[in-house]
Amino acid sequence: MQIDINERPTEIAAGTTLAQLRNAFKPEADLCIRNGFPENEDIVLSPGDRVVFIRRGEIPAAEELEALMAARHTPGVHERIKSATVGIAGCGGLGSAIAVALARTGVGHLILADFDVVEPSNLNRQQYFVDQIGLPKALALRDNLARINPYVQVTVHNERLTPENIPERFGTVDVMVEAFDGADQKAMLAQVFLSKVPGKPLVMGSGMAGFGPSNTIVTRRAAANLYLIGDGETAARPGEGLMAPRVGIAAHHQANAVLRLLLGEDPA
Amino acid sequence: MQITLNGKSRSLDPIPTVAALLDSLNLDASRVAVEHNRVVLLMGDFAATPLRDGDVLEIVQFVGGG
Repeated sequence: MQIDINERPTEIAAGTTLAQLRNAFKPEADLCIRNGFPENEDIVLSPGDRVVFIRRGEIPAAEELEALMAARHTPGVHERIKSATVGIAGCGGLGSAIAVALARTGVGHLILADFDVVEPSNLNRQQYFVDQIGLPKALALRDNLARINPYVQVTVHNERLTPENIPERFGTVDVMVEAFDGADQKAMLAQVFLSKVPGKPLVMGSGMAGFGPSNTIVTRRAAANLYLIGDGETAARPGEGLMAPRVGIAAHHQANAVLRLLLGEDPA
Repeated sequence: MQITLNGKSRSLDPIPTVAALLDSLNLDASRVAVEHNRVVLLMGDFAATPLRDGDVLEIVQFVGGG
């Protein structure tokens, strides 16, 4: 029968158990993942099983690394998102966290755009480091993503997005993410993307400032191709700043909405 | 006139355009997205888009932060 061992199709004898396979294939492995989940029991393998053997602390060879990174995904997910392109407009608190989540998930191609540079006041919520202060955010984020998952293709646009350049920069995406700070910029992107790149879903954020309740941040469908995440009302303003927890909650709602759209599920 | 706004039926005194509707709702035209009869409008089209009886609109208002 055929199973996958570390993502390689392999013929094994029917009735082979997980421990027998580990002893034959990688006896030093101390972690066995079967179909996306760690398996501690010695079970008899079934045709089509996906088994990954990992030795803790070992840095694997490059050709094996991508398979090992995807080992905790539900089988079938990796193949579908590997071929996807996602655009992210803005690399601040929302965009940097969304990009990190999607890179870890293994989305094949991310297109990032931001005109700004990393500042000290960004570090309370954005996925950058002290030694990146002064670097263009789009380039710094690309560097960080390469350290997390080198198998994601990242295209960067270190420039301000405008009604003129948005259709060209993001015309090829499967899903578009709005991650701007300004309400007028959010509105501009929604108008331009939804009218000039028809048929493609847009995932937006609105209302995640302060330290209000987590559960007021929701995902809803606001128009045909528009998914809106946030509490809808808590704007960033004096006395109500943007902080990592709620911005992160909204960002991960957005990232999960992207994942669900790529997998053909309704995000709302 | 009768329109459907964000899924709810609304009776309004006649309003000539989408821009005038936003005005009457006290919405800042620079911070909204408007889907008018399934078509998403650019801000520059708000004033030139007539509002008619039976129109269906989704209006999304954005707040800052991200």
